[in-house]
Parts: sequence; C-alpha cells; structure tokens
Amino acid sequence: MDIRNTGVLVTGASRGLGLELARALARHGARVVMVARGTRELDAAVRVARDDAATSGLGGEAHALAFDVGEKEAVHRIAGAAGALVGDIDIVVHAASTLGPLPMPLLHDTDCEDFERVLGVNLIGPFRLTKALAGPMVLRQRGLVLFVSSDAAVSAYAGWGSYGISKAAQDHLARSLAAELDPVRFLSVDPGEMDTKMHADAMPDADRTTLARPADVAARFITLVRTAESVPNGARVEASAFAKEEAVR
Amino acid sequence: MKPATEPRSVRQMRILVVDPASGARQTWPASALPELLRSGDLVVVNDAATLPASLFATTESGAAIELRLVGAIEPQGDRVRFRAALLGSGDYRTRTEDRAAPERVSVGDTLSLAEGLVARVLGVSSFSERLLDLELALARAPAHAPAHAHDDIWAALYRAGRPVQYAHVPRPLALWDVQNVWAARPWAVEMPSAGRLLRIDTLVALRRRGVEIVSITHAAGLSATGDPAIDARLPLPERFEVGEAAARAVLRTRARGGRVIAVGTSVVRALESAARVSEDGVFRAASGTTALLLGPDERRLMVDGVITGVHESETTHFTLLRAFTDRATLDSALAAAERDGLLGHELGDAWLVWGDSRGVATAAVAPRERVDVPVQCASSAFASSATFAA
Repeated sequence: MDIRNTGVLVTGASRGLGLELARALARHGARVVMVARGTRELDAAVRVARDDAATSGLGGEAHALAFDVGEKEAVHRIAGAAGALVGDIDIVVHAASTLGPLPMPLLHDTDCEDFERVLGVNLIGPFRLTKALAGPMVLRQRGLVLFVSSDAAVSAYAGWGSYGISKAAQDHLARSLAAELDPVRFLSVDPGEMDTKMHADAMPDADRTTLARPADVAARFITLVRTAESVPNGARVEASAFAKEEAVR
Repeated sequence: MKPATEPRSVRQMRILVVDPASGARQTWPASALPELLRSGDLVVVNDAATLPASLFATTESGAAIELRLVGAIEPQGDRVRFRAALLGSGDYRTRTEDRAAPERVSVGDTLSLAEGLVARVLGVSSFSERLLDLELALARAPAHAPAHAHDDIWAALYRAGRPVQYAHVPRPLALWDVQNVWAARPWAVEMPSAGRLLRIDTLVALRRRGVEIVSITHAAGLSATGDPAIDARLPLPERFEVGEAAARAVLRTRARGGRVIAVGTSVVRALESAARVSEDGVFRAASGTTALLLGPDERRLMVDGVITGVHESETTHFTLLRAFTDRATLDSALAAAERDGLLGHELGDAWLVWGDSRGVATAAVAPRERVDVPVQCASSAFASSATFAA
C-alpha cells in the first residue's frame, strides 16, 4: 500500500514499537493518528513524530488522541475524532497491548479479572476498533489492518499465559476477518524481541544488547506495508522477514 | 405511523418496495434487499459518520442550555467551528417543540461545555436568535502541548457530546447506535439512517450479485430544533462530496443500462446536487454546500430509486419522494405500510421507491443556480458572523 498521503491510525503509539511505527509512517508522508492512554507521554510522542514529518517534507502529519482502547466507550470516539482529523483511514496498526499484572503470574494464579483485562485490551479492544474502522475499507475495497503479535501467540511460556492467549486469539481474529473481508487485508506481525518497556517489564534481567531496536523493526514494517498485497491475506508474518526500509531524509 | 422505539437488528427490519411503473407493491424482510436489485445496478451510500452532536452547556449567566450541532463551518483550518441550534434546559424526554426557550446569547459570549470545552459565539442568525456560529476551544489549553489543541478539542468534543436523542426512543442512543457500518468522516449530525438496513453481509451479497457499491459523503442535518423559525427552513444547507470514484461509477452504471439506487435521501440530494453544478451537463465529481430540495417541481436527474425510512406525508422527506413518483402512489403506499405494520422514524423500517417513467432527464442538467442560490441566501442571513470576538 502507498503510505504517502494515507490516513493511518496507530494504537499504543506513545512508546516502543507503536511510537516508532507512527514516526516512520509520518516520515513517509502518512497522516497519522496516534492513540494511547497517557496524555503526557503521548504529547511528547506526537511532538517527535511531527518533527519527523516536518523534516522529511513528504506532507506527513501526526495527531494525538488520548483514549484507552480497552474501553468500550472509547472506540467510536477514537474512530470519529480520527476521521475528523485525517479523513478516511486506510491503514490501522494495533500496537497497544498489556501484559497484565507484573511480575507475570502463572496462568493458574491469574485472577479472572486480570485475565479479562488482558483480553479486553489485547483482543476485544482491537476487535471493536476494527469493527469501527474496517467497514469503510470494505466499502472502498482497500485497506490494511496490522495486528502486532508475539512469539507467545505460538509457543507457551510459563507466566505468559494471559498475554499469549490474547495474542493467539488476535492472530485468529486477523485470519477470520481476512477470510470474510478480502480484498481488505488483515495481517498479524511478530516483531521479534525488542528493547522496549514492555520487554523490560516482562523480563527485567534480559541482556538488552541482544534485543532489536524498535526503530529498526518499524523500518521493516514499512516494507511490509508497502508490499502487503503480496502477502497472503490473514497470514501471520515475522517482521525479520522484511528488509529495513531506508529512512527518509 | 407508529415509530420504532429502539435500535433493531437487520433481521427485524422490513422493506416495502414501491414500483410505480409496474404498480407492484410488496413488503420484504430487509435481508432480501440484494434480491431486489440486479447485476449492473449501483448502490450509493452516505459514508458520513454521525457526530455526538448534542452538547449540554451553560451560558455566561449560568443558565442551562443544549447545543445541537447543525454542521461544520468551512473552511476550518486549525479552528473547530460549527453552526449550532440552541435549545432550552431539559433533555430529549421532552419533545423539542415543548422545550423551554433557551436564554438569549449574543456575539462574543462564551458558553461552557463539559470536558473543559468552551464555545465562543461568532455569529447569530438573522432569522433565529437560536441559530449560532460557534468556535470550540479548550478553556485552558494545556501549557505543555499548545500545538495539539486541535486534536484535544476533537477528543473533548467526542467525550462531551452525545448523539441527538429522540423523544420516542426511551433508552438513550449511544454513539455506536447511530453509525452505519461504513461510517468514515464525521459529517452528519443525525444518522443517515437508511443505512441501518445494510450490514457487511449485505455488501458482500450485493457484490456477489454483480451490484456495484460506492459512497458519497453528505452532512445529514438536524430533523428538528423546536424553533419554528429554524424548523421551517430545514434542511439547512448541507455539505456534500461526490468523489471521482462515485462519479465514475454513476456514469458507468448509466452507460450499461443499470439503475442508480440511493440509500437515503441525503444520497439523493448529494448526487442530484452534483448533477446540477455541472457546467456542461456531464455528471462528474463535485463538492460544496447544497440547499437543493427535490419535489414535484424539481425532478431527479441521476437517481432511479431510493431506499429510505418511512415518513409521514407533509414532511420534507415525503416531498423529496415526489421527485420519484406522484402523490397518489405515495399515499397509497404509505397506507399499505401502515397496514403491514411497518414502523416509522429514524429507527424504523424502510421503503424502496423506484422512480416512475417520467423520471430521469436525458438532456442537459438544470442550471447550477438551483443549488447555489439558496446557500448564498442562508449565508447572507447571518449577521456579523465574520466578526470574531475573542
């Protein structure tokens, strides 16, 4: 898909991969709506993305909407305000997610309410937001919805139960939507292990030198977006399979 | 006609087909819609999302009022400006026409809304003191992020506002109750409600049948404000946009002998307005503001059939349908709808009214003045709207 002059919505955009994706898309000329919970952090994030857009000179924009994608009331507010700010939205990136309580408890020790919250943010929220945003894509017969997945969606690790289950279900959400709504494209993307706050929360003792930088992974996502039509609809892909798009100067 | 009093699923809805040419008249389940159309037809929908257009506020003297957004004022730039109607205290449980009159406001006043929003009064209409031009702002723009004020105003508007409610619908409508499945840019202040009949599976079934689907955007306006001076002028001029894809689809459809079916009267008004602003009679993409009212004296040029809610006669809605067929046909269809127990109003059932044989013009389209002139009148009717009082 073309990125320049395209309306894009990125959740979880105040830090980590979400932030770097929003920056990279804005740099490549997209009109990006950045959604995240924390107002202050989001403000800082959107300033950085705006600077990126201005520097590259491709007409990109960055906007900030402070909402929680896990809240039902928020979903149509996000969709409506985003439509007012950037017009039709052709690309959605679901990058917001939660690990649940830290340190991550064994699944059997997980409170049901915490399990529900993880599914709420990582599965129900993206489902609701996709319902609100993919309808016009079906009408226009064009659009791309990316779900940020995880290795934990495929392999089971102790302590990763709630998160892994939510991501496995999210992968299947993408497959199911793809089966029904083609040619609108739905893909799950495993970004690999990255040096993010989420990774530090989950594994505080990890050797950070072995982890990928979110900006580098975002550069691979740009290639994926550009070539999304050639990826089987509904597929789960690994970001490492895509080359890093050269940064726009 | 009995109104529907809550949102209903497509499975519960019905559609009455009125075909003046054949005299046929039959009620179908709404899910049968794809079978009522044929390969080569074109379905045109209005992709405007519905704003949370009802906002409670207080005046400078502390009086409670309700603002109902009428539509955005163009051009916006970095500003968020709306035309709005003013209602007195109380809520939707009282019919708009029975609501107390609002306190008078003047140019330069600041109205306080929820979520830290304020509305500065830029202009007051010369035909009603209850029709205002407003600029929305945050009472205290966050010092750490002045550059994002525009985004924050939109977020606050979506938090503060509720959809316009109806006295005959007891449970308050939520924002998701008033969106069509294809809703995109938020231009409408009330739902383009004919779209309720279609779900994603309807779009899939229509396409499988060889029916094309395309969208226009039309800022569907308020159905009532309770102020006779405003209500007599409804619909007020509304923004519309017929894009390249829609224009090409209409031409393609007519070239192959297919029919153009509008989902909602807003789509009829947008397509017919686009047809009338063409300088050379060739239908093409167009956008602007339209005050076009169709009726027995202003016939349709581009649209062959319309799917719309069933409304009583003596409404502008009903008058528009007379651009498709005569009064007698519509009156007897309305009687049939009553007999079949179809429900009326925004959440009700629908009819598909095909145009009769007198329909579509083949010659050059009507002069553009039909669209432009009423708009200019409406603009000049605004006193001192150019003066921004800080």
